[in-house]
Amino acid sequence: MCTYLTQKIELDGAAKGATGWFTVSDGAVYVDHPFHACHEHTLNIDFTNPAEGPSARVAVELTEEAALALVDAIQKALASAPPGLASGGHARAAS
Amino acid sequence: MNDAIWAGTVTVAGHEDAELEAYLARPLGDQPRGGVVVIHHMPGYDQASKEIVRRFAAHGYAAVCPNLYSREGAGVSPDDQAAAARAKGGVPDEQLVGDVAGAAAHLNGLEHANGKIGVIGFCSGGRQTFLAACSLQIDAAVDCYGAFVVNEPPAGSGMKATSVLSKSPDLSCPLLGLFGADDSFPGPEEVGVLSAELDKLGKEHEFHTYPDAGHGFFAVDRPSYRPAAAVDGWKKIFDFYGRHLGA
Repeated sequence: MCTYLTQKIELDGAAKGATGWFTVSDGAVYVDHPFHACHEHTLNIDFTNPAEGPSARVAVELTEEAALALVDAIQKALASAPPGLASGGHARAAS
Repeated sequence: MNDAIWAGTVTVAGHEDAELEAYLARPLGDQPRGGVVVIHHMPGYDQASKEIVRRFAAHGYAAVCPNLYSREGAGVSPDDQAAAARAKGGVPDEQLVGDVAGAAAHLNGLEHANGKIGVIGFCSGGRQTFLAACSLQIDAAVDCYGAFVVNEPPAGSGMKATSVLSKSPDLSCPLLGLFGADDSFPGPEEVGVLSAELDKLGKEHEFHTYPDAGHGFFAVDRPSYRPAAAVDGWKKIFDFYGRHLGA
């Protein structure tokens, strides 16, 4: 099935795509058929910057288990650092 | 017998004369033939969609699949175009109708065209096929598991698509519908509602729901592929087009 449900988020960071590094401004998260992964459905994440065109995209297709493990790993990594260390506000204030 | 075909990328004029990349395949013989517009699925204008186009040519039709996401930029890979189109909620209905009309006109402008046009679409293209057949003069339409013909997309989906059931009185041609019993978009109940509506309106249609098949059972490159359903489905498609797109 296609869920058609797309969670869209604003992001602030950078990613390396087919044409090199670009600033990431947007993200889309959805469970649907993957383009490449050999599973019927995957949790798909697109890291994008629409202002730089459709090719400014890093695509990730993960199994449900892998996606949940990634969420857990992100939470743990952030929890092990002082609060605010990687915050966008902190980075700007420090620069 | 000449069973040779030509296949390759062409340009067709879409909605508001937009230049669309498209994949065309046609027999090299000189028999009069019908044309088929193939509407690709939501993941975009991919190799599997092009294979479907060649399949129609091998069966004697001229077929073309316009890249509905062409506007996302020339030289952009189809999967990036699809992601960009998805982030915008899919393509607007009006644009889709114009693109199908342009693709159909291209087919009718080819040598040996008999003037008959079929449309077929998969996944989101199934709904778009129904929309096109209710908006344009088509000769035969095939909806392969198109969702949101009857039901609205889930709240918060961000999709531009809305139910097109109210357009049913304008359906211009016979409709073949092929569905999976295990699909949820569209689920069997949704298929039943569409069938009942077309019955009520006296619109010619033929629906088949395959057991042990879900969404995407025609997709040979995906785990959703169900050979029994797909083989029978293709047989029904060619029988249907044989009856309605003949000279």
